[in-house]
Amino acid sequence: MAQIKKANGIGDWFDQRLATKKLAKVMMTEYWIPKDINFLWAMGVVLVVMFKLLIISGIFLLMYYKPDAKLAFDSVNFTIMQEVEYGWLWRHIHAVAASFAFLVIYIHMFTAIYYGSYKNGREMIWISGMILFILFSTTAFTGYVLPWGQMSFWAAQVITNLFGGIPVVGDAVVTWIRGDFAVSDSTLTRFFMLHVFLLPLMIVFVIVIHFYSLRIPHVNNQEGADIDFDAEADKYLAGNKKESKVVPFWPVFLAKDFYVVCVALVIFFFCVFFFYDFSLPGVNFEPANPMVTPKYIYPEWYFLWSYEVLRGFFFDIGPIKAMDIGLIAFAFANVIFVILPFLDRDPRVLPAHKRPRFKIWFWVLMFTMVILTIYGKLPPKGINNVIGFIASMTFITLFLIMPYITKKDARGAK
Amino acid sequence: MAEKKSRRDFLGMAFGGFAAVGGIMSLGAMKASWDPLPSVQAAGFITVDLSPMKDGELQTIGWRGKPIFILKKTAEMKKNDNRDVVVGNEEYAVMIGLCTHLGCIPSWKPDKKIFHCACHGGDFDPSGTVLFGPPPRPLDIPPFSIDGTKLVLGEEGPEYKRLAAKAQG
Repeated sequence: MAQIKKANGIGDWFDQRLATKKLAKVMMTEYWIPKDINFLWAMGVVLVVMFKLLIISGIFLLMYYKPDAKLAFDSVNFTIMQEVEYGWLWRHIHAVAASFAFLVIYIHMFTAIYYGSYKNGREMIWISGMILFILFSTTAFTGYVLPWGQMSFWAAQVITNLFGGIPVVGDAVVTWIRGDFAVSDSTLTRFFMLHVFLLPLMIVFVIVIHFYSLRIPHVNNQEGADIDFDAEADKYLAGNKKESKVVPFWPVFLAKDFYVVCVALVIFFFCVFFFYDFSLPGVNFEPANPMVTPKYIYPEWYFLWSYEVLRGFFFDIGPIKAMDIGLIAFAFANVIFVILPFLDRDPRVLPAHKRPRFKIWFWVLMFTMVILTIYGKLPPKGINNVIGFIASMTFITLFLIMPYITKKDARGAK
Repeated sequence: MAEKKSRRDFLGMAFGGFAAVGGIMSLGAMKASWDPLPSVQAAGFITVDLSPMKDGELQTIGWRGKPIFILKKTAEMKKNDNRDVVVGNEEYAVMIGLCTHLGCIPSWKPDKKIFHCACHGGDFDPSGTVLFGPPPRPLDIPPFSIDGTKLVLGEEGPEYKRLAAKAQG
């Protein structure tokens, strides 16, 4: 039993019971962040804010949404959008925040790749981050199905059909996931459960792991410098704040983060009020109809690059069918980022501009991602097919040659 | 001491064993809860009368939540013994109207006489065989039987078995 004395205030009362002062030090005032960083290091906190906005707006949507194939469409497009006071606001926030979350995830992710923040002790930060990306993707997809419009239905149809590519049991797996031979009411209700409960729960759990995984290897910096955090923290605490290479998470680091969050939120709310169409495709304002496929179907912008890899292979190669090649390429594209730390054979942590070959690799990758995203939206006709194929091949080749390129950079430095 | 330890080991193993069996069985229950319900599995049979159809006409009907294409072939359309359904003296193409790539519904282009899938650009001829694009196989033929001029979907008649055998051979 701890020594409990008469408390000299509310803070002390809690501190005696919950060690709140110690907790605040560990989590905030003595959690050290390097000084040598830029605004790209604020993306994690921006993401936390986006996730909060998604949860808050989601709670209000949840009060009127009906997960039933007969009621879902009207509960969204009539009840929430027209009857509920500010219902449109929650829906716009929810849709735009999903888009923004992916934009920030991509910035966050490519910042990590550029500065080499995924290796040399930081592998678990990267892997937990990529698990979060997969969970966010699944949550976004299941959420897209809920309004039960034409795009919802056909997205569910196409994505669940992907599992048909699994050898032998494929068709049975597709039926099992849907709970029916076609996408139907049972599919909608189980996707609802995944979207509002199981996946968000898993996301919160993995976010905790993601944050914790930063504690031992610490946050990277612009030069990839190996900082002695204990020594620098001592300098800071002793009053040598100018000389020390680190600042505390709270209040110093977060103060700058809040500035970036404010800029992000200005852009975000501008989109919520004046420019929300991009996140609510018009076709989805028609009720789901299993008998008519919309003329063009494409996913939200953040899935276009992997969608283009999927359809980039439009011809058979020997005995292998075009569909299977596409599926293998799609599976490759979705898991290859996870093992990135192990493809990089250069042990040094350096920004891309200090790694001659990796720098070219990085910008070619960025360019390929943009091309894939653009062509993922264009109809698959004529020259578009060829460009999609070349970009898909470039994407795959980049990851296959990464070990050689990084090894050469490492040798060149010696 | 040694005896105590082994007794403790036994308790641990017994507990672990029961927990593992219970865990595996509950996984089975969770899997089964996601299976299609009996009412869904006992999906119905549909009878379509083909006699009013005109040459070159396409009709799309819903069966087990899927669209079924029935196309009455014209004389110009190439015959396909492995896929055509012959009712009376007329030839029909009967197939599930879901692209074998990822399940979008291809649309019929009467001017070009092809089925075109807008999702990923697959093309099929009037018999449902692939002309272009990622679909791995021709459009699937649903189980059917012939009753006079009527087509019964869901029943495996001798004509269906003949076509299915050819598709495999």
